[in-house]
Amino acid sequence: MASKRKYKGIDQLSKRDKIVVSLMVIVPTLLVLWLVWFPAVGTVLLSFTNWDGIGPLSGIKPVGLQNYIDIATIYPPFWPAIQHNLIWLAVLFFIATPLGILFAVLVDRGVSGTRFYQTSIYLPVVLSLALIGFIWQLIYSRDQGLLNAITGGTTDWYGDPDVNLWAVLVAASWRHAGYIMLLYLAGLKGVDPSLREAAKIDGASETTTFFRVILPVMRPINIIVIVVTFIESLRAFDIVWVINKGRNGLELISALVTQNVVGEASRIGFGSALATIMLLISSVLVVIYLRIAMKED
Amino acid sequence: MSVTSNRADEGQQRLIKPHEGGARSGKRWLLPLALTIISLIWLFPLLLALVNSFRDYAFTAQNGYMSWGGFTLDNYKNAWSQGDFGLHFWNSLIITVPAVLLTLFLSACVAFVVARFSWTFNIALLGFFLAANLLPPQALLIPVYRMFRAIELPFWFSESGTLLNSFQGLILVNVAFQTGFCAFVLSNYMKALPKELYESAVIDGASVTRQFFQITLPLCRPALAALAVLQTTWIYNEFFWATVLLQQGDKYPVTSSINNLRGQFFTDNNLVAAGSVIIAVPTLVIFFVLQRHFVAGLTLGATKG
Repeated sequence: MASKRKYKGIDQLSKRDKIVVSLMVIVPTLLVLWLVWFPAVGTVLLSFTNWDGIGPLSGIKPVGLQNYIDIATIYPPFWPAIQHNLIWLAVLFFIATPLGILFAVLVDRGVSGTRFYQTSIYLPVVLSLALIGFIWQLIYSRDQGLLNAITGGTTDWYGDPDVNLWAVLVAASWRHAGYIMLLYLAGLKGVDPSLREAAKIDGASETTTFFRVILPVMRPINIIVIVVTFIESLRAFDIVWVINKGRNGLELISALVTQNVVGEASRIGFGSALATIMLLISSVLVVIYLRIAMKED
Repeated sequence: MSVTSNRADEGQQRLIKPHEGGARSGKRWLLPLALTIISLIWLFPLLLALVNSFRDYAFTAQNGYMSWGGFTLDNYKNAWSQGDFGLHFWNSLIITVPAVLLTLFLSACVAFVVARFSWTFNIALLGFFLAANLLPPQALLIPVYRMFRAIELPFWFSESGTLLNSFQGLILVNVAFQTGFCAFVLSNYMKALPKELYESAVIDGASVTRQFFQITLPLCRPALAALAVLQTTWIYNEFFWATVLLQQGDKYPVTSSINNLRGQFFTDNNLVAAGSVIIAVPTLVIFFVLQRHFVAGLTLGATKG
């Protein structure tokens, strides 16, 4: 009987326990291996081949870096997409994220009605970016949009390739700032209040206190916020896909990959090479994130 | 005992207690004013959608959006029938509920093993799951898409005959992606539970299964609740996989069906607004009713408990 077993510490396992523990690890591991890691490796491998997506897998020939060369030279949307992703990153990094941090600091000062302010600012976070693209159409639409109604202009904010990226970025920043505020607020609440006291006694102004005391002790959350910003800009997809499937001024790498797979002309090699570039960039971010998130262990 | 409720209590106290060095007496009104303006700007797009969803198209077309009047409920009636929301909400439901439950169960299993036993590969295992959560899904699309198309299923299991175009496939993908984040949060939570609990259980001869279901899971209820709320929102909002893996419009969950809606409603912004509000309602309800859990779930991942 189990109860008569000699107690040998909490890690002792019966035969049945061992099977249960193994299953608890193996089942989720296999699922993630199958649907995340195996496809990730597959993407990288396919990017070096000429598979057209129709023939059998045995007909695949390696073509070296040809797909990458083609992307860079004869695939017109590629460089605009890179540029747009970088602009996306720059706007989130230099505008939306600092704005979110500023909001967090303001809300954290604890004036009355904080709950209302906090709630209003992060309300967009619960909406999908696809829906956000839709809601902002009420402001941006050419014929009935609020923006044109006020300014009397005739700009098609979602359609004009000169302005649509910026219009979309306003909407994306609207959500991102709320998200960052939420993350940062949690970090601020964890800061030891005695630090603030000490700085105050030493006669530091509030601005100095924030930049010299609070910001440095929030280092882990700062890095998380930065990595989240990078990942979000790399993953940006929903909002442009909803608007025009990532064409005509709204090219993003994620949208190009999808176009190459789902669209009429499926170019697997192309798509895979683009996807591999995404994986490469994200792997750097993932490593940074993991190092911070799991530092304690 | 519970990290989440402590955190929330702390939050409450902080809300009540103003910072000592806060607003200086002379400019006390400045901060609330600034925050009020910011809040109103942030709420504006949503309020615009809400107000205009209740207004007659002919009226706003003639008088513009800066006018007032022409209220009606017709937009909702039309949006509901044209957008076929009954069907899409049902689709969302049968995708989201199993996906959330499965994600929580599998991630709780992983987290339990990682937190309960001290094995060398624990960190690597957690990293393996968490990293999976952070990869851009588009980068994995090609192999997943091709595999799903190649895997044949019996017709009693999936109408389409393959994993592509099936709810089961979509649920699995969602679970695979979300397990990492949940396992990470739950393992941090479980590590905070005292080891003595397991000690007495082991002495009493309780099997691992019983320890998991009768000790660990009940104690993790706050974290599980927070994650359930967060995951429900995320999977309901999930757009990419649903759009590419379910290729028939009638299988789309609500969020992906936005695209169908767009073509039909393109000329009538008030209808668009009504459709948007309908789509937002479930997440907004979750947000207002279970806000504490939503915030707790999101911040549990970023700042360790």
